[in-house]
Amino acid sequence: MSVNVMIPTPLRPYADSHDRVSVDGTTVSEVLSGLVTKHPALKRHLYGDDGKLRTYVNIYVNDEDIRYLEKEKTGVKAGDVVSIVPSIAGGTAETTTENVDLSREEMLRYSRHLIMPEVGLEGQKKLKAASILLIGAGGLGSPLGLYLAAVGVGTIGIVDFDKVDITNLHRQLLHGTSDVGRSKLESARERLHEVNPNVRVETYETRLTSENALEILAPYDVVIDGTDNFPTRYLVNDACVLQGKPNVYGSIFRFDGQVTVFDARKGPCYRCLYAAPPPPGLVPSCAEGGVLGVLPGIIGTLQALEAIKLIIGHGEVLIGRLILFDAFTMKFRELKLRKDPHCPICSANPTIHELIDYEQFCGILPHPTNGTNEFEISVEELKSRLDRGEDLFILDVRQPHEYQINNLNGLLIPLDQLAGRVRELDSSREIVVHCKMGARSARAVDFLRQAGFKKVRNLVGGIDAWAEKIDPAMNRY
Amino acid sequence: MLRISRELIRRISLHGERTYPEECCGALFGTEGEGIRTVLQIEEISNTQDVNRDRRFSLTPLQYRAAERKALELHLTLLGFYHSHPDHPAEPSQFDLEHAFPWFSYVIQTISGGKSGIVTSWILDESRTRFNEQTISEETT
Repeated sequence: MSVNVMIPTPLRPYADSHDRVSVDGTTVSEVLSGLVTKHPALKRHLYGDDGKLRTYVNIYVNDEDIRYLEKEKTGVKAGDVVSIVPSIAGGTAETTTENVDLSREEMLRYSRHLIMPEVGLEGQKKLKAASILLIGAGGLGSPLGLYLAAVGVGTIGIVDFDKVDITNLHRQLLHGTSDVGRSKLESARERLHEVNPNVRVETYETRLTSENALEILAPYDVVIDGTDNFPTRYLVNDACVLQGKPNVYGSIFRFDGQVTVFDARKGPCYRCLYAAPPPPGLVPSCAEGGVLGVLPGIIGTLQALEAIKLIIGHGEVLIGRLILFDAFTMKFRELKLRKDPHCPICSANPTIHELIDYEQFCGILPHPTNGTNEFEISVEELKSRLDRGEDLFILDVRQPHEYQINNLNGLLIPLDQLAGRVRELDSSREIVVHCKMGARSARAVDFLRQAGFKKVRNLVGGIDAWAEKIDPAMNRY
Repeated sequence: MLRISRELIRRISLHGERTYPEECCGALFGTEGEGIRTVLQIEEISNTQDVNRDRRFSLTPLQYRAAERKALELHLTLLGFYHSHPDHPAEPSQFDLEHAFPWFSYVIQTISGGKSGIVTSWILDESRTRFNEQTISEETT
């Protein structure tokens, strides 16, 4: 079986000036050994002294990099084209870590790294010279911050604007019980300094927005997305693509986690995977759907690992590979991700050239600043109207286990059953729909209005706002 | 010998000054014969290095293939690549050596404090253990 091997310009002198050579073989490995038998002068330039393909020699079968197929075992058939593609790299390597020194204390602290050949003094200096930006100091940000500080990453930036809430503590180990009510950034900075005082912690107490993202990301080598909302995910992705930075991505929900590295220069970006966001409310956040306490610990540490490999330059990074973790069945699966040739931001012909309005892109309407619109009702208004004895029908679209924690004595019809049980509702009465935070009930209101209900309103902020503002004795979750 | 016009050298210098303190890189297209190479066209390539972009550049395989395709379209030969050494001498580093391909001309432009300095060109020795400097002939037209 004969296939054509394309020879790149610099190697043609070693292949009798041919730009293509026909070789027999059924796998890439057989084809390449056939090639160097025909043209022995090529061998030294394709293979290192260890007999392995040199790391900067890439082999493609037709348009696929064999790293994403079965490497050298990749099968070939007649008519296939095998291409040898050089990676071109250069630079002033000796000076990469020229101005970085480790103190005696650091030598001891990192001694278990220094004795690993893949890290060593050079790798440890690279870590010290590196800067990593964490978006979010929550579930994923906790293990990320703790481990990246512990291993001696020189500069860790953190973007967050939240305060520590007691509901964070079952998974966010950066913060402790005594931190409840404090700024997450303050608590994170203190904790990271305690873990490793050599690390510089930069904090950005703000929401990451289209206005500030490029400026905040600019000084960092690697960006790690630890957020759980779609507008920020698209924002972080687009900013990383525009600035040519790797984005170590992780997400968690209940028992499931995902990890990958988006680097548009070498593989797909988030938009190649998800061109458009899901409709608002379809995918619940951790606050609405819940998350197993240990899960962010697993996903966040996997992200930390990938960031370290990006910096020390060893190991196979998760570019073009998505790891799916299911804690319930304890299974890891791996999916290959491909670059979308029509990706709106990272393809050859992008349609997006700057950051956009991500709230609008994700279909999230800005909250009215002065109260509510005609399809919404505030908890204060609900309270005063109930106190006046008005006839309001309360519909709770949460799950039964949530109803057990707290409720407003409403009728419980979980959102996923609403379509089938809509006849239980009386369209002549005024209905107030609520869930925990207001997202699921907004979808329920949309559905009911389309089904012909005229007097139906969404309780803004859900039962959580009720517990916060109206009934402090109520259980919260 | 590598023949290159003053205008193309100026464009390489400007590219390096623009990306300073990060490294820039680009492809060299031209003709080749009897040991004389003539650069007729250059093309800027974006640096895909993950980190330490002030000290490293790298091209993806796709960028390399695009450069080969471009050469075919232009009916020219891909003669090699240029890159800048911000605040470092225009000499190939150990890293350059470890990642070099034979035959190509590797043009290095020093940028000191944002200003372009000397330009040199190098070809990997057959032994793969060192580079040999290639004379640059700067042409006025």
